[in-house]
Amino acid sequence: MLSELKILDQHGKQFIPDIRKAEIPMPFRGLPIINESTVDGNELKSFCPVGAISAEPVSIDLGKCVFCGDCAHAFPNKIKFTNDHKIAANTREALIVKEGSDQPIQLNPDKVREEIKGIFGGSLKLRQVSAGGDNSAEMELGACGNVNFDMGRFGIEFVASPRHADGVVVTGPISKNMAGALRICFDAIPEPKLFILAGTDAISGGIFTDSPALDRSILDKHKVDLYVPGNPPHPLTFVNGILDLIRSK
Amino acid sequence: MSTATNSSVQTVNGFSTSIDKIPVLSYGHFQQKADEYNKRPGAHCVTYYACAVDNGYQFFACFADDETHELEIVSHQLINKKAELLALTKEVPSFHGYEREMAENFGIKFLWHPWPKPLRFPHDATHGLKISQYPFYRIDSEDLHEVGVGPIHAGVIEPGHFRFICNGETVLHLEIQLGWQHRGIEKLMLNKPNLLQKNILAESITGDTAIGHGLAFAQLMEGLAGIEVSGRLELERSIALELERIAVHTGDLSAMCTDVAYQFGSSVFGALRTPIVNYTQSWCGNRFGKGLIRVSGSYYPFNDVLKSRLLALLDEFIERFETIADRTFDLDSVFRRFDDIGTITEKQVRQFGGVGMVARMAGIKRDVRWSHPSSGYKQVPYEPEVLTTGDVMARALLRRREIEKSIDYLRDLIHKWDDVKEIELEKPRRSIKLQSNAFNLSMTEGWRGEICHSAITDKNGDIINYKIKDPSFHNWMGLGLALRDLEISDFPINNKSFDLSYCGHDL
Repeated sequence: MLSELKILDQHGKQFIPDIRKAEIPMPFRGLPIINESTVDGNELKSFCPVGAISAEPVSIDLGKCVFCGDCAHAFPNKIKFTNDHKIAANTREALIVKEGSDQPIQLNPDKVREEIKGIFGGSLKLRQVSAGGDNSAEMELGACGNVNFDMGRFGIEFVASPRHADGVVVTGPISKNMAGALRICFDAIPEPKLFILAGTDAISGGIFTDSPALDRSILDKHKVDLYVPGNPPHPLTFVNGILDLIRSK
Repeated sequence: MSTATNSSVQTVNGFSTSIDKIPVLSYGHFQQKADEYNKRPGAHCVTYYACAVDNGYQFFACFADDETHELEIVSHQLINKKAELLALTKEVPSFHGYEREMAENFGIKFLWHPWPKPLRFPHDATHGLKISQYPFYRIDSEDLHEVGVGPIHAGVIEPGHFRFICNGETVLHLEIQLGWQHRGIEKLMLNKPNLLQKNILAESITGDTAIGHGLAFAQLMEGLAGIEVSGRLELERSIALELERIAVHTGDLSAMCTDVAYQFGSSVFGALRTPIVNYTQSWCGNRFGKGLIRVSGSYYPFNDVLKSRLLALLDEFIERFETIADRTFDLDSVFRRFDDIGTITEKQVRQFGGVGMVARMAGIKRDVRWSHPSSGYKQVPYEPEVLTTGDVMARALLRRREIEKSIDYLRDLIHKWDDVKEIELEKPRRSIKLQSNAFNLSMTEGWRGEICHSAITDKNGDIINYKIKDPSFHNWMGLGLALRDLEISDFPINNKSFDLSYCGHDL
């Protein structure tokens, strides 16, 4: 007992008091800012390993970006990654950052489906399915529930059975071999349910985009309720994204 | 094809060899060689794979002798694509994965293979089976029952299927079916043209080992391009690799506490992992170190500010770590769930070719940092920790010892770094020219164990074969063996104590 008290004393308070205002120190790579200076757009475009950059006007699609930051190293006067970690959104277009824009990425409350609006605000149970995930996104989702990020304080929790869940959180580019299991799992969740993609691999396929070993057809059938970019998504990106979604009015 | 006549070529971790210099043995001679290494106590086969050439295949194998620090490369050939080979798995059980992989990828028949099953159901598998058609081992008995778990598991973890054959509560046999995570990485390594794409793929082989695999990739490319990196960069890479090890080992101790219902330990170890991954993020912008390892240089040079922060962090970490570790390993309730549970013997580990932690917890001194050092391990010698009991306790205790050791070792690395910190680091290269007709093999000791990347180039210096081996490729067999004669309720703690990679195996 005494040693437990000593350990508690050594560790002090571990939780982040205000998740909504928490900041991540640089050089964390969150929202990129692209200024309007002139560069060779095509050179910039060809530099991106995952085709996330478009030219004329220059833009970065955070749904494709693997946050390697190499573009910012190559074109430091054009692109800067900021430590703004609130980059989750409920529309695919909102993830595209255009040159000259200094707007944060925001969830659009008008696009939240009526049947899910407001009902998960106090309690949300999620089933996580890794479908070709590289275990970094999975570990970050696991970390969301640890003593630091403690999303349990908002009533948000990962559960074992899809029958107990209000939605699914997919990680990974959706391997062909997992596509069937993912579909069965999603079907087993009672309506109304959320469909969430966590990490760049899940949103677009990321670095695996052209692999013939993927089967992303489930995305043709279901509307995605939340996109959480990152490679992997930071726990603060995930928790804040979820809170924006379930608290939207 | 090769015309070499000498019967062996020695190599060094990360240094490329001309294909022409690699001896082509007759299959009988190769078989003898495999047998001989299998019988030598300090030796194991690091990699063995086929590469399609002209109208047949050339097979490359690398054998390591940990004690003499030697690496030998040999090859053999099959001219007729339809031909068959006698499986070596019966005599050398650690070959089971290699031969199954070649059978699955190329349709090569390995006659008399005792376990001729699909390995990972790649999209272009030659057997044409779907993952749902895996031929499980069965026992026809009305007294026994089967339990199937997965691919989706209860927690936030990766998918795999476990099939238990049980007599009541007792597990007689566990078969582990993998492949669910297959993303086709080895093919993408050939198809993605630029170096950065390949680098990012390497970091994504298993994201919990982004440094370990990233480094194996970088060393491989540097060896093929004849690039010698500075002593400073080498040390910084080893610092990153040891940080990765400390973070994951600490997280694993947390998860092992969870699985024996010691919630306090779970929370405290969990909280202790956070400052380490946050430190890595403050260095390179990513908690897993993605973006830190690049070919021939770095965008994130280590500096004096990072150095003093790291030294302070290590001091604080070890103080907190020791109190919770003392408490955990003192608790009777933890002891009873760790001690003599899931034991595997040294002999078993040698048979399935176990590497890394799985070898070192069962009395085998096998550690690339010591036997075939690269990067900072060449400059600051590392002496591995070895335990002997082979049970859950050994796997837990080894993590504790390795964390303590890594912290001391990091201080030595940093000390050495002080001598070379004035050396200017290069910026990462965006493209490199690789040697033509070359073979290279690069190994690192990730937190799970021996990682091996190997590549072969053609006459233009283009990569025609890229082979990745995560330590889990061998070690999954250890989990299957550990479960024999245990209660099925001991599965979670055993699974956690191995903490093997699904995506690293499935590629």
